[in-house]
Amino acid sequence: MKDILRQFINDNFLFGLQGRTFSDDDSLLEKRIIDSTGVLELIAFLDATFSVKVQDDELLPENLDSINRLVHYIEKKSKAAA
Amino acid sequence: MIERIRHRGPDERAVYVKERVGLAHARLSIIDLASGQQPMHNESGTISIVFNGEIFNFPELRQELIRKGCRFRTQSDTEVILRLYETKGEECVHDLNGQWAFAIWDKNEQKLFLSRDRLGIAPLFYTQAEGAFIFGSEIKAIFADSRAARRVDTAGLNEIFTFWVNLPPRTFFENIRELPPGHSLTLKDGEVRITSYWRLDYPPAPQQQRAVDERECAERLLELLVDATRLRLRADVPVGAYLSGGLDSSVVAAIVRRYTDTRLKTFSVTFEEAEFDESRHQREVAGALGTEHREVPCSYGNIGRVFPRVVWHAEKPFLRTAPAPLFFLSRLVRESGYKVVLTGEGSDEIFGGYDLFKEAKIRRFWGVRPESQMRPLLLKRLYPYLPKLQAQSPAYLQAFFHVDTRDMSSRLFSHLPRWELTSKLKMFLSPEVLHRVADSDLYGEVEAQLPEDYDRWDGFSRAQYLEAKYLLPGYLLSSQADRVAMAHSVEARYPFLDHRVVEFANALPPRLKMKVLREKYILKRAATGLVPESIRNRAKQPYRSPDGKSFFAGGAGEYAEAALSPERIGRHGIFQPAAVRKLVEKVRRGHAIGIKDNMAFVGVLSTQLVVDQFIDHFGEVQ
Repeated sequence: MKDILRQFINDNFLFGLQGRTFSDDDSLLEKRIIDSTGVLELIAFLDATFSVKVQDDELLPENLDSINRLVHYIEKKSKAAA
Repeated sequence: MIERIRHRGPDERAVYVKERVGLAHARLSIIDLASGQQPMHNESGTISIVFNGEIFNFPELRQELIRKGCRFRTQSDTEVILRLYETKGEECVHDLNGQWAFAIWDKNEQKLFLSRDRLGIAPLFYTQAEGAFIFGSEIKAIFADSRAARRVDTAGLNEIFTFWVNLPPRTFFENIRELPPGHSLTLKDGEVRITSYWRLDYPPAPQQQRAVDERECAERLLELLVDATRLRLRADVPVGAYLSGGLDSSVVAAIVRRYTDTRLKTFSVTFEEAEFDESRHQREVAGALGTEHREVPCSYGNIGRVFPRVVWHAEKPFLRTAPAPLFFLSRLVRESGYKVVLTGEGSDEIFGGYDLFKEAKIRRFWGVRPESQMRPLLLKRLYPYLPKLQAQSPAYLQAFFHVDTRDMSSRLFSHLPRWELTSKLKMFLSPEVLHRVADSDLYGEVEAQLPEDYDRWDGFSRAQYLEAKYLLPGYLLSSQADRVAMAHSVEARYPFLDHRVVEFANALPPRLKMKVLREKYILKRAATGLVPESIRNRAKQPYRSPDGKSFFAGGAGEYAEAALSPERIGRHGIFQPAAVRKLVEKVRRGHAIGIKDNMAFVGVLSTQLVVDQFIDHFGEVQ
């Protein structure tokens, strides 16, 4: 899952540019990787790829702002749906 | 040279060459159709002029000169400049109310004198090459002279990918200079001297708190606007008007209908997509004013297909497709038998209509209490027409629009978000280009150009200054106005940019321009009873057009694919081929929903096309 998320972020926000690295814990906001519409692109991607529907009250950096937070959030949502 | 800009004046052409001076002119006949030919000379042949534009107060100036003993041979405004120069020399520009770029050869003085209007409506470029001084209304005329080298100025590219525009006199091309608005240039004995004869000015901040009578201000403003519009109807051909569906163009059209006996034809562009289309409001105004209204529909495909031609006319990269629909609009004007239109351009700069002014106000308000959770919610009020922004949670709004306390003390505070966002597009620049611009201090360059009293102005006036000094002439009046209008030999005229209106507006306290978050307050008050209430009270809807979608939804992708191919990108060396490929894919799939990606796409594509058209294949472009 981490690889899929990383690939999406790399292709979609960093356009595969070399020299822009980030760890699984790095904040996508603080690293300026994601912008305001980027969040909406991320939400669409989570829905399309993991069938995760982000509710309005879940639209928080705590859920979406790093690879590890995203993994945790997706797993939590998937369990709840199961 | 003149052949290259024939679109600016298809009615007549003439060239004057004597000794070491050559002047050429392409005429768009609007005033004194019979005898206003150029280049024009005085009787003794010692003073010669070529002139693009209009001097709207020329009848008054003419009468004054006749009273002083001047004799005129024509009814033209060109001769008025000539006689005024004979009388007053370079100081003549202070008397002119209009939009102009002119060149005067003064044989006795052996001096060339160039001048450009106060706000930068008419373009004027020049270069020095191989001992020659070459100038023209468009860069393509200069490039027609083989002595002028055609090369990209990396610093100019860096400016456009920061500010949207160049900081005059720099342009996108190396060694090609733009005469800044409100400036004159003299060339004598091989020396170029550039002087400012007018600039935007605002009262010191403490004075802005003074008491003023709002009613009187609104009345005076209306008087000035009526006179500015009346003057801009002066022509020996019919004058039409653009209608955007917003307040500004409606005010201009309403003044024509209410205060003159002119029958008015109005012109609008409409869009397929509701997000951009304003036809309902345009028709409402046209119906209320009783104008003869014409529309041109603009589809995604139209924009994509015409884009290369628009780039050819703009002569520099731009970041949105907005000039393209206006290209169709000017074509409609021309096909309707018109060659002059009035527009509402300039009002947003002088009355504080843009969201940028509101955003700066909110950011200042928020910056005082950066921890506030509620203040960022005001941003949602700011952009009601941006559904993507409305979808954001307060937590993310807080994160994205966070006001840095360091920004609060910046002299360029109001424009930092726009410039920072635009600067992100530089991620696509090649390492070589990035290396070349690495040491540049663009904000420092802007600061170095600021007038001495800038720091004494309030924040609102500073924001207005930056907007009217840079984006207005560098993009709105050029790529989005003069160039796309002149592409079809149409002259646009701007009542709001009459310098008397600008000076009056600049002297008004900011609270009369933006009351709390209500933009253009004093103009709305002045327009009471003039335009339909629904238009007067309508929230500002900025003019926008579809970006990335235009290139793939309508079958225009072929040339875009070629221009953005890794081979072409690599050959030009400006951008990174692999990154651009991913951007193109994202746009093609319809996944580029944000402003940044769309700006990047349009910016990269237009840059590639400028290089194709002006450097690689200049002789081949028709």
